[in-house]
Amino acid sequence: MPSLLIPTALRAFTDGKSEVDAEGCTVGALVSSLADAYPDIRQHLYGEDGGLRPFINIYVGEDSIKGTGGLDTPVAEGDSVMLVPAIAGGSRRARATRGDR
Amino acid sequence: MGARIGSVIDDSRLPELSNDEISRYSRHLLLPEIGMEGQRRLRAAKVLIVGTGGLGAPLALYLAAAGVGTLGIVDFDFVEASNLQRQIIHGVRDIDRPKVASARDRIKGINPDVNVVEHMTRLSSGNALEIMRGYDVVADGTDNYPTRYLVNDACVLLGIPNVYGSIFQFEGQASVFYAKEGPCYRCLYPAPPPPGLVPSCAEGGVMGVLPGVVGTIQAGEVIKLITGGDGGLVGRLLLFDAWRMKFRELRLEKDPVCPICGENRSIHELVDYEQFCGLRPAQGEAPVESLTALELKARLDAGDAIQIIDIREPHERAIAAFPGAKPIPLGQMARRIDEFDQDIDAVFLCKIGQRSIFAIRALREAGYKGRLLNLQDGVNAWARDIDRGMPQY
Ligand SMILES: [Zn+2]
Repeated sequence: MPSLLIPTALRAFTDGKSEVDAEGCTVGALVSSLADAYPDIRQHLYGEDGGLRPFINIYVGEDSIKGTGGLDTPVAEGDSVMLVPAIAGGSRRARATRGDR
Repeated sequence: MGARIGSVIDDSRLPELSNDEISRYSRHLLLPEIGMEGQRRLRAAKVLIVGTGGLGAPLALYLAAAGVGTLGIVDFDFVEASNLQRQIIHGVRDIDRPKVASARDRIKGINPDVNVVEHMTRLSSGNALEIMRGYDVVADGTDNYPTRYLVNDACVLLGIPNVYGSIFQFEGQASVFYAKEGPCYRCLYPAPPPPGLVPSCAEGGVMGVLPGVVGTIQAGEVIKLITGGDGGLVGRLLLFDAWRMKFRELRLEKDPVCPICGENRSIHELVDYEQFCGLRPAQGEAPVESLTALELKARLDAGDAIQIIDIREPHERAIAAFPGAKPIPLGQMARRIDEFDQDIDAVFLCKIGQRSIFAIRALREAGYKGRLLNLQDGVNAWARDIDRGMPQY
């Protein structure tokens, strides 16, 4: 069974798990089984059009699925599939949510 | 692996080194990859460091030690005690001083020959090109998405490499975004996450040594862009997990339809990055209602029926508990919607009232019909205004 590597930024939605077993033979099926198991993560992965959100990259091994067929990219036994979301930290004061300072 | 790339410093700019300088930099001069020529390029180089926080600290210290001729530093902030856990360029004596002043003093202490240019301002669409023009390399050590995209776009427009580092809790990313030679930040992430999804370091925490490692990696990349040589992290994203002690490397491709570095680019000037990053209310989106700590106290004293929801994780509630609040961690809102009484006002709290806004939005999207209120400035406001015995963190 392939496993999905969950980065720290999304672990609040997977009960703190850094690795989740998921079913499927494509990246899309894997990610959709993740969203079924952890419904709170769904809105962060998929946009309104059902596509992957632009701040999430998915890598199979060293390669982005952008160049290998997107969510249709096949996944084989033993592949490591990783969600790589944007993070912004560099250590400075937090900003207000509405950008009012 | 990275291909060889040329130096960003034009040969016509190379100064001679004095005998004192030759002694000082001898360990560089002995490396054939750097040598006299590389050190002269470092002496000629102008590097802008955006942010003098966790990433900016090792960047500034190592680049000063390495003999970079001009270091520009941009920061509008003042040193606080909570910075000192990781921002090793600042000390206890610097608390309440401007970070750029504190950083300048440390840089000068390490290497008085460095010309330090202080920019005590917040980088914005209005001033970024003016500030960044003339620098050979920009190193990005900021903490927020609007500035990330601003620095990226300004670097692409000016043709300057952007040495990128970013951190969160135990995880770091580093790359070199250099549109002439490879992808830019927008090629990797065309748009940022909605506000609140990824907490800031102030809310999510950060292991102090993490920016030390990532910022040092950035400093190394800056030096190689100046001396010329291996392309390093151009076209590669380095991921570092300081807790599991693991480095990974991912390939980055240039996006042919990238709006700023692609063939038919649609962005020709800097835009409104607050708006781009969703920091202004979107049209049609109902604003989140909030109440202050004083208002909440008054309602509690009046005996109003309110459900108070603490969206923090258990380890964070242990820092400063909020009595009487029901804990429902942010990541479990949608699946625990049935635990709410939708006829009673619900007040959400977190550390500073940012993640709680996200909890309210998540419930709304899950179909919640009752009234949802955000405790403005979070538990820290309660500690500041109501319960002085409670710590602010
Ligand atoms: Zn690009």
